[in-house]
Formats: sequence, structure tokens, C-alpha cells
Amino acid sequence: MTLKGARERRVRTGGVELCVAELGDPRQPTVVLVHGYPDSMEVWSEVAVRLADRFHVVLYDVRGHGRSTAPRPLRGGFTLPKLTDDFMAVVDAVSPDRPVHLVGHDWGSVQSWEFVTVGRTKGRIASFTSMSGPSLDHFGHWIGARVKRPTPRRVGQLLGQGARSWYVYLLHAPALPELAWRGPLGKRWPRILERAEKVPAGAHPAASLPSDAAHGAWLYRDNVRARLRRPRPDAFAHAPVQLITPLGDAFLSERLYDDLDTWVPRLTRRALPAGHWIPRTRPDQVAAWIDEFVTSVEDGRPETKATGRHADRFGGQLVLVTGAGSGIGRATAFAFAEAGARVVAVDRDAEAAARTAELSRLIGAPEAWAETADVSDEQAMEKLAERVHTAYGVLDVLVNNAGIGLAGSFFTTTTEDWRKVLDVNLWGVIHGCRLFGARMAERGQGGHIVNVASAAAYQPSRALPAYSTSKAAVLMLSECLRAELAGQDIGVTAICPGLVNTNITATARFTGVDAAEESRRRQRSARLYGLRNYPPEKVADAVLDAVTRNRAVVPVTPEARGAHLLSRFMPGTLRRLARLNPNP
Amino acid sequence: MTTAVSSELSAELRGFRRVQRLAYECAEAVAARLEPGVTEREAARMQRVWLRERGVRDWFHLPFAWFGDRTAFVNFRVPLQFFPTDRRLEPGMPFILDMAPVFGGCTADIGYSGSLGVNPVQDRLMADLEAHRELILREVRERRPLRGIYQDVDRLMDRQGYANRHRAYPFGVIAHKVDRVRARRFSPHLFGFGTRSLRGLAADALHGHREGWSPLWSPYRFSDHPPRPGLWAVEPHLGFRGTGAKFEEILVVTDSRDPVEGAFWLDDDLPHVRRWAEAK
Repeated sequence: MTLKGARERRVRTGGVELCVAELGDPRQPTVVLVHGYPDSMEVWSEVAVRLADRFHVVLYDVRGHGRSTAPRPLRGGFTLPKLTDDFMAVVDAVSPDRPVHLVGHDWGSVQSWEFVTVGRTKGRIASFTSMSGPSLDHFGHWIGARVKRPTPRRVGQLLGQGARSWYVYLLHAPALPELAWRGPLGKRWPRILERAEKVPAGAHPAASLPSDAAHGAWLYRDNVRARLRRPRPDAFAHAPVQLITPLGDAFLSERLYDDLDTWVPRLTRRALPAGHWIPRTRPDQVAAWIDEFVTSVEDGRPETKATGRHADRFGGQLVLVTGAGSGIGRATAFAFAEAGARVVAVDRDAEAAARTAELSRLIGAPEAWAETADVSDEQAMEKLAERVHTAYGVLDVLVNNAGIGLAGSFFTTTTEDWRKVLDVNLWGVIHGCRLFGARMAERGQGGHIVNVASAAAYQPSRALPAYSTSKAAVLMLSECLRAELAGQDIGVTAICPGLVNTNITATARFTGVDAAEESRRRQRSARLYGLRNYPPEKVADAVLDAVTRNRAVVPVTPEARGAHLLSRFMPGTLRRLARLNPNP
Repeated sequence: MTTAVSSELSAELRGFRRVQRLAYECAEAVAARLEPGVTEREAARMQRVWLRERGVRDWFHLPFAWFGDRTAFVNFRVPLQFFPTDRRLEPGMPFILDMAPVFGGCTADIGYSGSLGVNPVQDRLMADLEAHRELILREVRERRPLRGIYQDVDRLMDRQGYANRHRAYPFGVIAHKVDRVRARRFSPHLFGFGTRSLRGLAADALHGHREGWSPLWSPYRFSDHPPRPGLWAVEPHLGFRGTGAKFEEILVVTDSRDPVEGAFWLDDDLPHVRRWAEAK
């Protein structure tokens, strides 16, 4: 299999012949993609085509893999210095005058760490993006530090990584791995990848897999023991590094990179909830981060602007927030903006949405847009979804926040009142999940949906029958959708804020009373919420935390948390509280 | 916006305007001398020394300086946190200088916001303060209750997407009265506030309590009265995610029936007003 439209050439070096493929305009900055084990350059096929319109993309099969030849003899033919020779030969062939941007995955990243930390490549590498492959030298020092000062936490980290490295021990056994790969394992590997790692079928793994995997065992045998025992003391990176950490990696602990700042002066951290093979499972996100990082280095600004919490997780992601013109929605949009996300602020008040978008750009969002829509209007939401998907892309995070308040006895609540509150609070969420969630699932690269419910979803009250019903429906909808989308790596969270100081009280409707009494009650509840004075910013922080930890139900204020506990263990108490009449 | 009666300001108002200008000159001079590494304490001392050299002997309050997220009073719980600290200024950081000198018996109380280098967020906040200056003057001229005006300012801030940070001041005031202070050789201060000015404020508070008004313009019930004639130091303070901005200047309220003469800003030739004019 070759990549569509790729120009191929062979590069001879150190007794082997390397197969090199190029895509895109050679006048653009060169991005070199190095594959891992047991892969070949095909692992990059999805990422490469996404980068090809902006960059000169170069891929090569590591010696002994794909259509590159293997060294003879194999033993001693895969040492890091020899791999460095190969890299230099490729770079001299494809980009003789300009330094290249290096990207490595798995063993491609392990060897790239060697390239970027040895002296002879200085000036040839402009930047390095590392995925799922630590430097063996840094790894050696990491182990050393934990063995020398074994605190309980450090021992735990050692054992954790030790267990994740089981395959490394197996690969050191003589002959057996080769037999397995050339036999049953090689045949079953694509199925295993699909099941365990959710790697979609396609160009990868290539047909050459059995021999790639058999040859590649020497990558481990030639380097791991030697380097871990005597790690180089001077393995400092001489180019800016972007580290992309998949949080669900079955083979590498994220703790491995804790001390990385001491080795890399200019380090940008990224994290995403996914398994080991992110070039296959998350090509959009990986390509976007490479693009952003390479562009920023080319422009001479190697540091990212966003400094907010979780900037590593949300940088460059597309986030849509409904009801973003005020309150919790606006605070959530700002929190995502500070984390470097691209924000779509939706509100039915166009001016307020524009304001949110404008301020979002000021505090770190690389891009932010305002959209006007009433979430209860199905056609308007369909148009919005269409506009968003064509103009900005598929969402990474959707926050269904828009909602209205409605208080009053069940018997004074008219059918019109019911319709209105359900239209916004429930149907708004349904439309959002339906229209944006469907595209998220279709893309198959994960995502997250946050529905803002309420503590009223589990705290019954005689004063809020319609509002509580709508919010309870949102809570259950979120739970069901969470179950349905779990297989597609899309998380669904229900946030239950509680009493938060926003203007929901100023617009809430109070049934069964005249206008004067309604405005009096509005003022009274506004004063109560003001006295409670729980800031919407804290709810926004809870939203970001919930997305990073993929939590199902998140009560926010202490009273919301208390009521949540009571609803589980002492529901009778909640029922008695529900009988209290706030307007006797 | 025009200052209605600037040509015929009484001698007394001219005295107040002179000291307010002096204070703003001081703020601009000190702001120009701020550089990376300067601490809040040093900035406060620079203001004090500058004004002392020009004859200021008494204070309504001693100069304050806030840097970085302290401009938005992040995590302020007790009033002692207002006092200058050893926080150092860094490039891009916002700062606020706030001083209230007494000179020739007249008091000024001013606030000056700026940043070391560019700070787009604070620029935006400063630009958005213009609407508050207009709103406050308009509603004072309409003789709306001070508490109502306070709530309207709150609503405007909320619409703009900002937090009200003057709520953090003692009594949550957006403004307070200032008055003449008798110059004496001995002018001690208590917790940063001049005792003679405090005495004036306390006397006003006592009077007001009997007559149903207060020298403090707050969100509370005791401010639920129409603007009281006198000089008010008005200080709307916006905060946005760790960046704050304010201005503070004197609003003159008279008992004239003519709305334009009933209330006007003491001086329209101030740094923030000039900035807004330049932007147009």
C-alpha cells in the first residue's frame, strides 16, 4: 500500500535502503513523520493527508520495516546511532537547506528523542512533536530517581509503569516473538487492534506487519537495556518540543513525563483522552496540534498564549456553549477560552453573544464566534448546526446550558407555561445533543457533551414542579446518552449547579400571581441568590473538570452536593423538605 | 460630555480641581517610572514622595498600588489586603495607583489604571468604563436614588461581562463624600486613612444618619436617597478574570434645579477622559 499521491524515493545509507514518501509542496516547511512499533509509515496515512495542504510532509519506513531493507545481521543493526544516521540521510535528501519539523509516535518518538538530544543534529531540527514514546535516557533517569528515593508514591509509579511494560520483557525473549508475529499473532493483530484499541480498519496495519514486527523486536533488544542502565547525562532537547500524551495509553504512564521540564527548555504539553494509537484514532486533533505547533515555531513564537487550567487538554479544540450571553454559559465560554479552545458562543441575545465572543478572544481563544439562536426553535437549531459544521467544523465539546426558570404551584402552571419551560430546558438540550452529537459520533474521534441540569433534578419541591421536571428529564437524558455514546469515546456529563448568582432569577416566571407580585418575587429570589453569592465561574471550573475526568453527574454547590447525597441515602428527608412552601 | 460651569468654578472648586490634577500628574509621573521588578510598596512610596515634594502634608488615605490580579482584588477577604505588598511588576501586568492627597485644605481621591507594556484585556476594561462615567452622571442629574444608580451600574457591568469589584471596598462603596480638611501641623493617620478626613466622614455619617442620608454610596438601604449636594469621589471598578481597572474622580453635586448645573464632573481634562477622546 502506498499513500495516495505520494512521491516515492529510495535513500541508501549505512548498508540499508530506506523507502521515503513525500506529500505536499516541497517549498513549504518540511514535517517528517516517524512511525513506531509494530507499524510502518502507513500509521500516518490519516494525519499525513491532513497536513499535506499546508506542509511538505515526509514519511519513511524505519530500517527493517515496510519497504525499507533490513540490516544484516539484525543484532546490533538497530542501535540509536544507526537510526540517527538514517534520519540524517533522509533529511539531507528531502530538505537539504532548511531544518525540519519532526513528529514521532511510539518507537518513532523514542528514536526522535535521540535525534533531538544529540549534538550532530543541531540546526537540522526546528521542532519535535512527541507522542507515546519517551526518551530512553529520560526514562532511565526517571527510574533511577525513583529507585534512589523510593517514597510510596514513587514506588507506585514504578510498579505502574513496570506492569505496563510487560511486552518489553517478552520481546527480549529469543526467537519466540519472531515466531509469534510470523504466525498467529501477525494474523490476528488487526482484529486485536480494532477491539482493544478501537483502531479503525484501513491502510494500517500494512501487509508487511509480520516481518516489521519480527525485525522491530531488535529495536528493543539493541537499545532498551543498554540505555536504561546507563542513560546519557546530557540528553537535553535543542529544539522546542510538543508533548502529546494520550491519557488512556495502555503501555505508557503519563507520570513518565513529570520531570520532562528539566530536559526540555521549551515544552508545550497536550493531553487527550484516547488510547495508544492516536494517529489512527484521533487524526483530526493530532494534525491540528502539529499544524498549530509547527506554525507557531515557524512564526517565531514557540510558546502558546493560553495559560488557563486544562490548557493542555482543550488547546485548539472547538467548543460550543448555548446560553453563552450571561451567567454560567458566559463563564463557561470564558473558562474554555482561557484554556485556548476555539469558542462558539450561542445566545438568543445577539449582542450578549457577540460580547462573550469578543472577550473570549481577548483572554486566549485563538478564534471565537457569536451565533444567535433560540435553542427551543428546532429549525433555528438545525440552521445553526449546519452553519457551525460547515464554517467551523465538528465540535469537540458541546455545552447545552441555555435554560429558563419557572416557579409556582402545579395547578397555577398553565399548559403554555409547561410548553415554554420544556421547550427551552428539555427540547433545547435534545436538539443540541441530536444535531451536534450525531456529527460527533459520526466523526468517530471522541468528544464530550455537557448538559446543564440542576440540583432541582433530584431535589423535589412543591414550588418548582415544571422546572424540576424539565431538569430531571435532562439528567436522565444525559445518563442514557452517556450509555449509548460510551462505545464511541464520547462522554456525557450532567452538571447540577444549585443556587448560583446569575440573572436566571431576573427572567424567571412565577405562575399564579399578578405582575406586581411576580416582580416582587423576582427581586426576592434575586436577593436570595445574591446573598448566597456562589459565582458562575466556579460552575465553569466544575464543567472543565468534569470534561477532563469524564464524570457522569456533577453537583456543584455544597447544597447541591448535600441534596445529591440525601437523594441517595435519605430520600425521605428530601421529600419532607419538598413540602416547604417558600411563599406561605 | 461637557463640564457645565467650568468657566465660573468657584474658588473652592478650583482648589479641589487643582489637587485632583496634581494627583493625576503624580499618577502619570509614577506610572512612567514603573519598570519590571518594582514592588507595590515601592510604587506606593514613589507616589508619597512625589506628592510630599510638592507640598502635600495630609491624606484622606495614603497611596495604594495594586499589581497583577490584585487589581481585581482576587481572593481579598480582609481590608488589610488592600495595603501594598512585595508583589513585583512584570511585563504585561496591569496595575492601579490610588491616592487621596489633601492640599490647601482640599481633598482629592483618584484612581489610575495602566499596564506595563500592552495589556489588551485592561485596555478593553478601560474603554468600557466610559459608559459607566456617562451613566452615573446622567442618573445623578435625574436625581435617582443612589442605591438605584448603584444597581444600574451593576447591571451594565454584568451585561458587559465583568464583575463589580468596588463591592470589595469597605461598605461596598462605589463613591464616598470628600470635603475640606483643616490643615494642621499634626496630621496622623490610622490604618492608612488620615484621621482628620475620617473625622469629617464620621461627622457626615452622624448628620446623615439623623437626616436619612449617608456619605457612603453603597448598595445598601442607607444609600436609598437622592444624591446629596457636595463632592463625591466616584470609583467604579471593573474586574475580569484576574484583571481590574478603575477610575476615580470627583463628581460635584449642587442643589441647583438646572440638571446640568445640578451635577457635573469636577474636571474633564483627565488621563482616562483624554484617552477616550483620542480613541474616537
